[in-house]
Amino acid sequence: MRRIYLDHASAMPVDPRVLEFAERYLKDNYFGNPSSLYSVGLEAKRAIEDARKKVAELINAEKETCIVFTSGATESNNLAIKGTALRNIGKGKKVAASAIEHMSVLNPMKELQKRGFELTIIPVDSTGVVDTEKLNAILTNDTTVTSIMYANNEIGTIEPIKEISEIVHEKGLYLHVDATAAAGRISVDVQNDGIDLLTLSSNDIYGPQGAGALYIKPGVRLQSILPGGGQERGLRSGTENVFAIAGMGEAAGIAKAEMAQECKRLKGIRDDLIAAMLTIDESYLTGHPTQRLPHHASFRFGRIEGESILLNMDMTYNIQVSTGSACTSRTLEPSHVLLAIGLKHEEAHGSMVLTLGRSNAFEEIPIITKAVKETVQRLRELSPL
Amino acid sequence: MEQIGYSKKVLEHFMNPRNVGMIENPDGYGKVGNPVCGDLMEMFISVKDDIITDIKFRTFGCGSAIATSSMVTELTKGMHVDEAMKLTRDDVADELEGLPPRKMHCSNLAADALHEAIKDYKRKKG
Repeated sequence: MRRIYLDHASAMPVDPRVLEFAERYLKDNYFGNPSSLYSVGLEAKRAIEDARKKVAELINAEKETCIVFTSGATESNNLAIKGTALRNIGKGKKVAASAIEHMSVLNPMKELQKRGFELTIIPVDSTGVVDTEKLNAILTNDTTVTSIMYANNEIGTIEPIKEISEIVHEKGLYLHVDATAAAGRISVDVQNDGIDLLTLSSNDIYGPQGAGALYIKPGVRLQSILPGGGQERGLRSGTENVFAIAGMGEAAGIAKAEMAQECKRLKGIRDDLIAAMLTIDESYLTGHPTQRLPHHASFRFGRIEGESILLNMDMTYNIQVSTGSACTSRTLEPSHVLLAIGLKHEEAHGSMVLTLGRSNAFEEIPIITKAVKETVQRLRELSPL
Repeated sequence: MEQIGYSKKVLEHFMNPRNVGMIENPDGYGKVGNPVCGDLMEMFISVKDDIITDIKFRTFGCGSAIATSSMVTELTKGMHVDEAMKLTRDDVADELEGLPPRKMHCSNLAADALHEAIKDYKRKKG
């Protein structure tokens, strides 16, 4: 049975063009340390600077030097939050984040809280949109970092970043935006959106795992959270992962060129999938109905549990999906995102997330629909609810 | 295939659960768990001369919740109720070639559901 992969929010295959481009940096005359001054090192250095340019172009950064490469989105989020809050401690000791941020935003925030910072969590409405009135009410000029994601990976909701930016800059200090789920899917323009710090992940744009980037607006000061040899303007020490960074650059270039057309295609498939899923009894869309990522469809089904959905879809139909059910999490708690949009525990257990990518095609819609319908029916026949 | 760290046997019982359903007018009925926690199980037993002659289950929950329910019914059909009362969660997990550690507590309630059903039978029998 042919695999149908529908969990692009968790991991993506590396684009073959990216791999072909980047693999030279693992071998031949390109494997050098970018800090070395001889030719093999200079080739590696050049690869990183080319990648920096392409990543800067993807998000319309003012200049290449605004981009700092990291090991991935988790490190970028940590650097943005802790690096900025600690460097600007003289301006205040308050930070804020939305309730649906990724754990790599929420946990660094909580770490700051333990160190004496005041943390405010901004609630979201039932569709996952940040409560801007609340944001407006709680921000003060000593709130140094406010972190709101561009779009949510679990429910697909796109946040009104431009409006949020205006509030943050009127009331607080810096806006950090985690664009891991959004970049390469929708247009992200740091200048137009008014963003101070922006997180990107290589793998989430079909690049290799092990690279990420943080955009830092000119003039925003932060301190390193990983001191050492002083690479990346001293903000991120450690010999660069040249292969992954070069791959990320290539992936960013492809994303910029192909995003508009590809996302239109995926949105078509996605809309048909949503319409088909919602014909199932007791099925509900989670997240925003229209203001959502074009490749993202997320649901919950009454009376069944998400891990069982995931297992049945994988084993019977070779279709890979995701769930926010407690049974798949390390903590055995349901997804904090689903609880933040107001779902009860028993409702959050029945969630299923489909995230589309380049391998998916229109012809798969009836196969996916049939698989989900049969899975839901089988599990409901087992269920006492 | 070893999804989510499950053994082949767990996956086999998840895919082909034994003794699914209800028994009309059961001699014993047990229910444990809570949909809030993500697991809810019901066991129905028919008993003749203290021997479990039929057993059925219905489960809301994850893969191991369904597999453990199925395994309990398979293990105890034909068993004396006093013998079945001795069946532990660990016995069920062992028969399934083990469960992931974090699943041992939350989704391994099937033996408890059976015990409740047997207690119900004994109460009714007086």
